[in-house]
Amino acid sequence: MKSAVLVFPGINRERDLARAFEVVSGVKSHMVWHTETELPDVDVVAIPGGFSYGDYLRCGAIAARSPIVDAVRRHAERGGYVLGICNGFQIVTEIGLLPGALMRNASLKFVCKEVRLRVDNATTAFTSAYAPGQVIRCPIAHGEGNYFADAETLARLEGEGRVVFRYCDAEGRTTDAADPNGSINHIAGILNERGNVLGMMPHPENLIESLQGGIDGRGLFESLAKVA
Amino acid sequence: MLRNDIPITPELVAEHGLKPDEYQRILDLIGREPTLTELGIFSAMWNEHCSYKSSKKWLKTLPTKGERVLIGPGENAGVVDIGDGQAVVFKMESHNHPSYIEPYQGATTGVGGILRDVFTMGARPIAAMNALRFGEPTHPKTHHIVSGVVAGVGGYGNSFGVPTVGGEVNFHRRYNGNCLVNAFAAGLLDADKIFLSEAKGVGMPVVYLGSKTGRDGIHGASMASAEFDDNSAEKRPTVQVGDPFAEKLLLEASLELMASGAVIAIQDMGAAGLTCSAVEMGAKGNLGLELNLDAVPCREPGMTAYEMMLSESQERMLMVLHPHLEQQAEAIFRKWGLDFAIVGQTTDTLRFVVKHHGEVMADLPIKDLGDQAPEYDRPWVEPKKLPVLDPAATRAPEDYRQALLDLLGSPNLSSRRWVWEQYDHLIQGNTVQRPGGDAAVVRVERPNGGKAKGLGFTCDVTPRYVEADPYEGGKQAIAESWRNLNAVGSRPIAVTDNLNFGNPERPEIMGQFVAALRGLGEACRALDMPIVSGNVSLYNETNGVAILPTPAIGAVGLMDDVTKTVGIAFDRDEDVVVLIGDTIGWMGQSSYLYELFGIEEGAPPPVDLAIEKKTGDFVRDAVIAGRLTAAHDLSDGGLLVALAEMAMAGKTGARILLPELDMPLHAFLFGEDQARYVVTASPAEASKLIVDAAMAGVPATAIGAVGGDALVIGEHLNVAVADLRDRHESWFPGYMSGV
Repeated sequence: MKSAVLVFPGINRERDLARAFEVVSGVKSHMVWHTETELPDVDVVAIPGGFSYGDYLRCGAIAARSPIVDAVRRHAERGGYVLGICNGFQIVTEIGLLPGALMRNASLKFVCKEVRLRVDNATTAFTSAYAPGQVIRCPIAHGEGNYFADAETLARLEGEGRVVFRYCDAEGRTTDAADPNGSINHIAGILNERGNVLGMMPHPENLIESLQGGIDGRGLFESLAKVA
Repeated sequence: MLRNDIPITPELVAEHGLKPDEYQRILDLIGREPTLTELGIFSAMWNEHCSYKSSKKWLKTLPTKGERVLIGPGENAGVVDIGDGQAVVFKMESHNHPSYIEPYQGATTGVGGILRDVFTMGARPIAAMNALRFGEPTHPKTHHIVSGVVAGVGGYGNSFGVPTVGGEVNFHRRYNGNCLVNAFAAGLLDADKIFLSEAKGVGMPVVYLGSKTGRDGIHGASMASAEFDDNSAEKRPTVQVGDPFAEKLLLEASLELMASGAVIAIQDMGAAGLTCSAVEMGAKGNLGLELNLDAVPCREPGMTAYEMMLSESQERMLMVLHPHLEQQAEAIFRKWGLDFAIVGQTTDTLRFVVKHHGEVMADLPIKDLGDQAPEYDRPWVEPKKLPVLDPAATRAPEDYRQALLDLLGSPNLSSRRWVWEQYDHLIQGNTVQRPGGDAAVVRVERPNGGKAKGLGFTCDVTPRYVEADPYEGGKQAIAESWRNLNAVGSRPIAVTDNLNFGNPERPEIMGQFVAALRGLGEACRALDMPIVSGNVSLYNETNGVAILPTPAIGAVGLMDDVTKTVGIAFDRDEDVVVLIGDTIGWMGQSSYLYELFGIEEGAPPPVDLAIEKKTGDFVRDAVIAGRLTAAHDLSDGGLLVALAEMAMAGKTGARILLPELDMPLHAFLFGEDQARYVVTASPAEASKLIVDAAMAGVPATAIGAVGGDALVIGEHLNVAVADLRDRHESWFPGYMSGV
């Protein structure tokens, strides 16, 4: 699996993400600076977490207008995989590759903890290593992860099985208490129509080695390695 | 705009925080009346915060050397060898006064300053902690300060991208008028690539990097060297504003620039900004330095030399660069979108010359600015010793279940989850022991592969103890950090100290300082934990009421194999619970008396350093040998609180069998005797452990077994772990949401 990790000023989980790709696939990621206009020849373009441009103006808004973004769009149009995590998810929605928006957490606070996610679609290129309905542990660390989309968009996402991850409790029940940010329908990660762009707030890249307290995040990278 | 050549009146001198005799010293040194800019420079260099004039005499008595110590106090941060050509760089620093006036910005710039200290030396930050102390929860300002400080610490660290892995939060009425915000940061570097502030070579370009200079924070260091009164809110304009995004860029650009080989010397602009950094670089290198302020990137027009020299605008660096690599260096900074300007050069004159609009605004002897700063031997009185409380004379609880729940639900012993969940503690993917245990553990990969090492991090001090007996309290702060590091399996290697006290011009406060340092020094020597960096914050007083003396300790431990670490959680049913160390039931200054009855009486528990050493070595060895399934140091709240914490962490109960007691039960369960741990091990291993402990001369007693969903002590206590958790977890969120 050949991967590129995009680096915008203020991004700070690029090393974590590159490490996850390397640990799982054995191949080092290309680190791509935001002023580049071409991507290297890769299967997956990953946009990491952080605070691109300090989250000033609006999370992800400035990064979404970077020179590299056209190349990312072309990559997606060609069917290449795009993975946006946390700030990367926000950037991907700002680019318009995924619908909806990420608002301030309902608690109005940044929150870092481990949550449970239910894999609601295990047939995607990003989740095939998981079992359908599997409940996994996953860290989160964000202040603006409250997913919102209008009713029509939401109905399409749900109807087409594009809600891939949902916040839930240890038994897999989606409850308000198990939702760390107030996302609509407890949505933690969504897919585009074509199935090649995934955006998610949680950080599977921080739970891939037993030393980190678990390996539940590996499945996402293993899934990609199977198809890429 | 003030002219540079106005007459220097006694009022102007006083406004700069300089005493008449200190001003006379200036006149004697330079042989003429200073200009306004020069007066500003002296006030910045000679205030307590920068000059350590009251504390220097006593700081010199602390142990700062050791086999692993590569750089001790005097640089931006201490550097300690951790093998494999790697070193850990760390320091703790206060941002107390600004945080009280403007909690969010005060805390952010505190975090920013300490991170900059670490990466200025060439290290990438890998861990942050913070020790926070607030007034009593019912005080009208406390809620606002807690909320602002925690949001500020998180707002900066999260965006910068360093895991905030540990810390302390305390409440006490003596912090009603002065909160404490002590920020710790640690970074990792190659031991042969340490960057220092000492300038080298004549005619070398002095380069300004980072954010622009504004009018914020002018005289911040002087404010931090004065007491507060009711008008302190008027000092808000002296507080700086932090920009973590700029700091992140500065980090990446600085590390890239250092790797390029262009950097000769580097110093961050912290307290007293351009003045302190420039003087330090020149003075350390035995060189003069000339600044041309016309080239300084400014945020607003019309700034005077005086303002530029005293601005504490954040996220700025000063460097001396190799002239032939200047362009390459500039390209790196342009890439990161940061300002880059050549603002001066090194000279062989040993003068500090500041020019603006073609005029000389200041021309001072550079070495004397630091070396000739006043140094005081302030009068001090030996603190009085308090009587030892007879445990039998202290109140027993009417109901142990209720007493335990009330303790776990008290402001000082309740869970800090509300705090650390606002801090990104998982970024970088190396957090092996997360917040909530004894010490955090962060993985450190070896440069050439192989099993990863670990670094343990903890923050400790029990200010009530220090108030009651500064000497024993000073020892205890070190001893507790020693225990916390041992409990996770790391060998304590060095500490940083953040000494927060009241007004040193009062002999009883100075007496606290002197005695506490005697205790710290003695403990550091006995436990082989040299002090490699630190910070002194005095004048923490409002309207004549001083804080509790708070020598906060940040300590670092090293593990050869990070996988050997254990946490505090009860893990496996039938594991045996073993109490390590001697208990006589020390009730003086205990959390039990303070939290439940509001009593702060008696001498605090004494610390026997030889016993701490022996006990700590035994426990650490047992952890590293893989013999234990959990280990927890005993501190606030004593044995019963520790057992409850282990039960809550593991969501598993335990049945405790009381040994025969020659003290009241409540003294056994809540006493805060030192040099104690609770560990768990399999039944077979526990038997062997107890034998080995006896051989090593370490008291060890099996006191129960893990299992069930309740913590049970015969007929005295039976409480569901779920109930413990409920109480423990609910105080902080309840208080902060105003319930």
